[in-house]
Amino acid sequence: MDDGLDDAELERHLRQSWETPRGIWNALATVDHKIIARRYIVTAFIFLILGGLLAVAMRIQLARPEARILDPDRYNQIFTMHGSTMMFLFAVPVMEAMAIYLVPLMVGTRNIAFPRLNAFSYWIILAGGLLLWISFALDAAPDVGWFAYVPLSGPEYGSGKRADIWAQMITFTELSALAVAVEIVVTVFKQRAPGMSLDRIPLLVWSMLVMAFIVIMAMPAIMFASSTLILDRLVETQFYNPAAGGDALLWQHVFWFFGHPEVYIIFLPAAGMVSTIVATFSRRAIFGYLPLVMAFIATGILAFGLWVHHMFVVGLPRLGESFFTASSMAIAVPAGIQIFCWLATLWLGRPVFATPLLFVIGFIVTFVIGGLTGVMVASVPFDTQVHDTYFVVAHFHYVLVGGAVFPLLGAIYYWFPKMTGRMMSERLGRWAFGLIFVGFNLTFFPMHILGLLGMPRRVYTYQPDLPWGGLNLFISLSALLLVSGFLVFVIDVVRAWRSGPQAGPNPWKAATLEWATSSPPPAYNFRRIPVVDASDPLWMHPEELAVTAGQRVDRRELIVSSVVEALPEARESSPRDSIWPFWAAIATSIMLIGSIFTPWAVVWGSIPIAVCLIGWFWPKGTAEDIS
Amino acid sequence: MKERAVLDVSKLPLHGLSTASPTWWGTCAFMLIEGSGFALAIAIYFYLLSLAPNWPIDAPPPDLFPGTMLTLLLLASIVPNILVSRWATARALAKVRIGLIVMTLLEAAPLAPRIFEFPAMHVSWDENAYGSIVWTLLGLHTAHVITDLIDTLVLTCLMFTRYGDNTRRYGDVEDNCLYWNFVIVTWLPLYVCLYWVPRL
Ligand code: HEM
Ligand SMILES: [Cu+2]
Repeated sequence: MDDGLDDAELERHLRQSWETPRGIWNALATVDHKIIARRYIVTAFIFLILGGLLAVAMRIQLARPEARILDPDRYNQIFTMHGSTMMFLFAVPVMEAMAIYLVPLMVGTRNIAFPRLNAFSYWIILAGGLLLWISFALDAAPDVGWFAYVPLSGPEYGSGKRADIWAQMITFTELSALAVAVEIVVTVFKQRAPGMSLDRIPLLVWSMLVMAFIVIMAMPAIMFASSTLILDRLVETQFYNPAAGGDALLWQHVFWFFGHPEVYIIFLPAAGMVSTIVATFSRRAIFGYLPLVMAFIATGILAFGLWVHHMFVVGLPRLGESFFTASSMAIAVPAGIQIFCWLATLWLGRPVFATPLLFVIGFIVTFVIGGLTGVMVASVPFDTQVHDTYFVVAHFHYVLVGGAVFPLLGAIYYWFPKMTGRMMSERLGRWAFGLIFVGFNLTFFPMHILGLLGMPRRVYTYQPDLPWGGLNLFISLSALLLVSGFLVFVIDVVRAWRSGPQAGPNPWKAATLEWATSSPPPAYNFRRIPVVDASDPLWMHPEELAVTAGQRVDRRELIVSSVVEALPEARESSPRDSIWPFWAAIATSIMLIGSIFTPWAVVWGSIPIAVCLIGWFWPKGTAEDIS
Repeated sequence: MKERAVLDVSKLPLHGLSTASPTWWGTCAFMLIEGSGFALAIAIYFYLLSLAPNWPIDAPPPDLFPGTMLTLLLLASIVPNILVSRWATARALAKVRIGLIVMTLLEAAPLAPRIFEFPAMHVSWDENAYGSIVWTLLGLHTAHVITDLIDTLVLTCLMFTRYGDNTRRYGDVEDNCLYWNFVIVTWLPLYVCLYWVPRL
């Protein structure tokens, strides 16, 4: 039991039960959410860099007319790889990875729910990313866009195994995303610190919860899409073949039923990060906690009414179009509420303009611009004009980079001290922000104009007599400015990780529970589980933390609490490290990659998976297995 | 920061059952995922139906016999399934063991008519979109039956070992019963779609 021990002895016991021992094998077997999340975040950022390099390649090719640096085939692979990497291997995973790190700490528990599933989901997404990038290195990367429209991706036109590789990479990433969503939902519902009732949940945790529900509702659609695409290609099902009763538009419906909510899967966690950063640096509680929670939930619901706005030009019935135009505009309401609450918090507080807050301000500016062009393209006549031009490229980068990458970079500056125990540099941070903000706007704003001048998307080059040359050169040079900003950021991260100044437990004097423990947190997160009576506990009680007593320390034990009030209900033992999730991920990868080539891989491949799952599930004969 | 103990948790039970168990919520979340998957597949069935001049496309409606047999078998397994769940709540080890053996057999039984359901559709998966969606729906559901069957089988073995008599394992039995109910409930709309919609 954890009472009657002095702190040093308590920590020694907890370390013994929770820590991952050294060694490669143990590293593969670890189920510590912080270790897994750190891997996940680093992996996602590596994919951001790789995707960014591809963007640079495209910009070099487009800098002048009739450049011959990339041939059309390579260009097709590159924009597909760029879009797919950014959406599936960077943006969604990085948000989930942040959730894996932060949610357990913010709700005051010792590990995420289903930690072995968590380990599995990381290995799975890594395998999916490797599949995609190895195929690119072998000149067999998908070339059908990140949305892989049929019939281009179907059996008739999609040659070789390229579209299959795309579809299977999707399956990997969705498998991983779904597993993480389940972990988040259950961690938030059942593992909150005693007293953390629904109205005391930190806003970031709320946003991650809504994100997890969107994943749960939307990802089955893309899994269905990718699986039926593979079936059409491999065993000649006829889902997308109009000659046999199938339908090409079906693909677009299913894809965008997922693809539009995907934007909110990326954006909502960012909104949670912004809320946290705004409150901390305004030195006051967030203005409008309840409206913000409602806005998150409303965004989550409305996200599903919008997919058809990606399909205005395919010729749907009129009434349908006006419904979807209306709901596309309705989504502006919760977005407006959020922005209003953030601005009000800043206005009413005494804001400190540290780097994380700068990124938030950059976010607000770019996101508002992206939102405005979004309202423009939600109107059918305008969309008909600019569809598939650079106007759309400008719009969605404003939303994606403005709405997710800016808050994310702010969040990295903000939580880096917690994750590593060291501070990043304010000075480099300001440089990074300035270069990225200016570089971003100079790169993407002119694309609106290019679009209005009629330059189409996804062209690998253009004629010199078109009026596009000057702007394209300008954009390409600006992109280099943008890249230099990222470079400063990466340098700062590496430098700080190795030799930044010590952070201490709560360098920003923030209010939420993750700052109640040391930086970086110990394997067991908290010496004793906090008891909460406010939504900003560390501001209410800056000197003293109310905690529970009476938990076992000789094995991994969590407190399970009720959904609404967070009243403690039970003590639950949390799984120990296990190598089986790793083997299960390898077996799953072999099965999924094999099934690109033969359907029998599914049959034979599921046997080793079943074996691994049984190994994973089977008790190992320790005290908690036998009562 | 100083710590002050305000709440003693030592009297809490080790591992709660149903809503006090994270695994129960995890099972619910997975059912929500798969439920969305089934709902989507059904929506696509109707989407394809709405495009086709005739439904079924180039095939007579499916034979009713195997599918109806399977439906009856599934429905018949509900009562024993619920009993096993109750016994698990009551921690009645002997009854749970027998119940799980019975459930293993009852979950394997529907696979027999299922084999005949595929030919009863009178269409192959690659003939047209009707065939594709029909085989997909059957396949999706079969995958669920097989997964739960394996799950039950492993759990049955587990309950006969020294690990069996443990709150956690009783919770697993309950969750497994919950999941089998889900497999049954999702079949009913599929049954209507596959066998009765083509007769309208
Ligand atoms: C680092 C700065 C970035 C630059 C310079 C950049 C540049 C570009 C360019 C030039 C295109 C191709 C347009 C075309 O040929 O049609 C493109 C497409 C795209 N980008 Fe980015 N991008 C950047 C970051 C991002 C990020 C962070 C995301 C997502 C989170 C993203 C998502 C996409 C998507 C989804 C496409 C569409 C790909 C397709 O058509 O298949 N980009 N980007
Ligand atoms: Cu959209």
